[in-house]
Amino acid sequence: MTNPSPPLMPVLSATGLMKSFGGILAVNDASIEVTQGSITGLIGPNGAGKTTVFNLLSNFIQPDRGRVLFDGEPIERLPPYQIAQRGMTRTFQVARVLSRLSVMDNMLLAAQQQTGEKFWSPWFLPGRIAKEENAARDRAVEILESVGLAAKANDYAGALSGGQRKLLEIARALMTRPKLVLLDEPAAGVNPTLIHQICEYITYWNRQGLTFLVIEHNMDVIMSLCDRVWVLAEGTNLAEGTPAQVQSDPKVLEAYLGS
Amino acid sequence: MFDYLFSLNPGIIGYLVFLITSVAVYGLFSLGLNLQWGYTGLINFGHVAFMTVGAYATTLLSLAGVPLLAAVSIGAVLAALLGLLMGFSTLRLREDYLAIVTIGTSELVRLVALNEGWLTKGAFGVQSFPLPLENFRPTVGTRIGMIVIISAIFGTTLWKLAERCVRQFRRAKTWQHQVSAIASGLLGLLAIRLWVVSAIALYDFRSSPATNGLLFIVLITVAIVFWALERLVKSPWGRVLKAIREDEEVAKALGKNVFAYKLQSLMLGGFIAGIAGAFFAWQLSTVYPTNFEPLVTFQAWIIMILGGAGNNAGTLLGAGIYWAYTALTRDLERLPIAADQVGALRIMVIGLILMVLMIWRPQGILGNKDELTLGK
Repeated sequence: MTNPSPPLMPVLSATGLMKSFGGILAVNDASIEVTQGSITGLIGPNGAGKTTVFNLLSNFIQPDRGRVLFDGEPIERLPPYQIAQRGMTRTFQVARVLSRLSVMDNMLLAAQQQTGEKFWSPWFLPGRIAKEENAARDRAVEILESVGLAAKANDYAGALSGGQRKLLEIARALMTRPKLVLLDEPAAGVNPTLIHQICEYITYWNRQGLTFLVIEHNMDVIMSLCDRVWVLAEGTNLAEGTPAQVQSDPKVLEAYLGS
Repeated sequence: MFDYLFSLNPGIIGYLVFLITSVAVYGLFSLGLNLQWGYTGLINFGHVAFMTVGAYATTLLSLAGVPLLAAVSIGAVLAALLGLLMGFSTLRLREDYLAIVTIGTSELVRLVALNEGWLTKGAFGVQSFPLPLENFRPTVGTRIGMIVIISAIFGTTLWKLAERCVRQFRRAKTWQHQVSAIASGLLGLLAIRLWVVSAIALYDFRSSPATNGLLFIVLITVAIVFWALERLVKSPWGRVLKAIREDEEVAKALGKNVFAYKLQSLMLGGFIAGIAGAFFAWQLSTVYPTNFEPLVTFQAWIIMILGGAGNNAGTLLGAGIYWAYTALTRDLERLPIAADQVGALRIMVIGLILMVLMIWRPQGILGNKDELTLGK
């Protein structure tokens, strides 16, 4: 994949992230930067603290120390829902769908700034809600069609297969109209054909202007998708660069293969 | 039993009016719990606390001369504020803490009612407080007007039942659909009977203004609350509640203020239970702390689980079944065993029914089976 000319503006930059659980230092002075319009990879051996870094970035776990700037503003003290409202949406390592809601409801839930989600409005503004719902539904159908789930719109999300759940989770993240999507192992537990598809979707949406930060173990995926890769080992930065640079870095090889 | 279905004897009518009112009061009470547990997944084991606050606030304020409507409103708001207090102290923690705190709160509220005699008259109870419409002597025209209003409520219920009956017959692929269609039809016939009874009671308003008046306003209240709740839970607001019930981390990741929604659900459920508390007090016409034992909370849980959690119509149906059961097992008191043993037996049988239901129809009578077969 050809690198687009690197834009200057980092949409997300985290510096000096620290987090310990009990006595164990899970993340120790980790930094990461995601430039606008890029697909950035975050890799590292098992237990390197990648998912913890995701949790710290989205504040699902509060960092002990460190600074996270999103769109130039500090977000490390904001509750997770406000971070999502600002346009940074995350997915989970094991796909989490709302089983007893339909696929369509999973999608509609993700729409932002809905009038109908305010306590009083269902009684007093039914017309406006119906209008917004229709618009959101059209958009949801469009996104579902693009990932091939449109036929499942009225099924319970709990009836989807593992791979379809992954797709739904990504589709749902897009429904929030994010600026940045954090994908936690989009290819884990998914068959090779679907992995290929997921990669195509990600590239497609990236060309539409969406920025991605991806945790992935599958090196082929990282190599084919990412513009830049950050390598984490034992909770701290090990290397950073283009996929080709990182792949040939002896420190990275050592961390992955053991000395 | 046939007396209940066909007799027009004033005694039977009076008893049926009592039953309809009880169903409505318990239905209202359980609707609040259903919002909290059935839709939001909040484990509230102290629901009776809201009812206690509503009952005491309404009766004590009205004894102090506050008009009834204002007294109920204040009672319901106080119950909602109790929800706010419980929520602020526990909703940020894991859900089992809420269960513990709620059951503790309900006992705390009851013990305050028992011991703070200067305020609540303690074990002597609150008595001879004003009842709604007790001095109301409607003219024939007014009474017919009231019957028309009641008929609108029963008519809508019948219409919905008929729709369901026809729909299930059309679908009738399995015997369950047929059973469901027949059950809807029978329920419709029962609704007609209760409609007639209510109309007779309202026409004969003078026979007992307080109970007939209570019947009238409790039916209207349940109808309004039911409509308002249906509106809410089918809106995007309700969708967020269901999302929280399924997986609150996902709701957070999608930008929903989970804490605020849980608080709203707990408070609105408390508000509704507070209103139910006022009706509960009016129906009893005396209020003692012993009326608010934790058992009342679990009656609401039984009602909700019987009918199907996460289903407002199911909750009302559950209340109906619960009271029909109570009425039909009243005759057991004639058995040659001690009254408290009969009481225990009746509760045991309810437990048995619940167990059978959990095995054969774990989603409740109106619950959706598909929802339970899904994995997380």
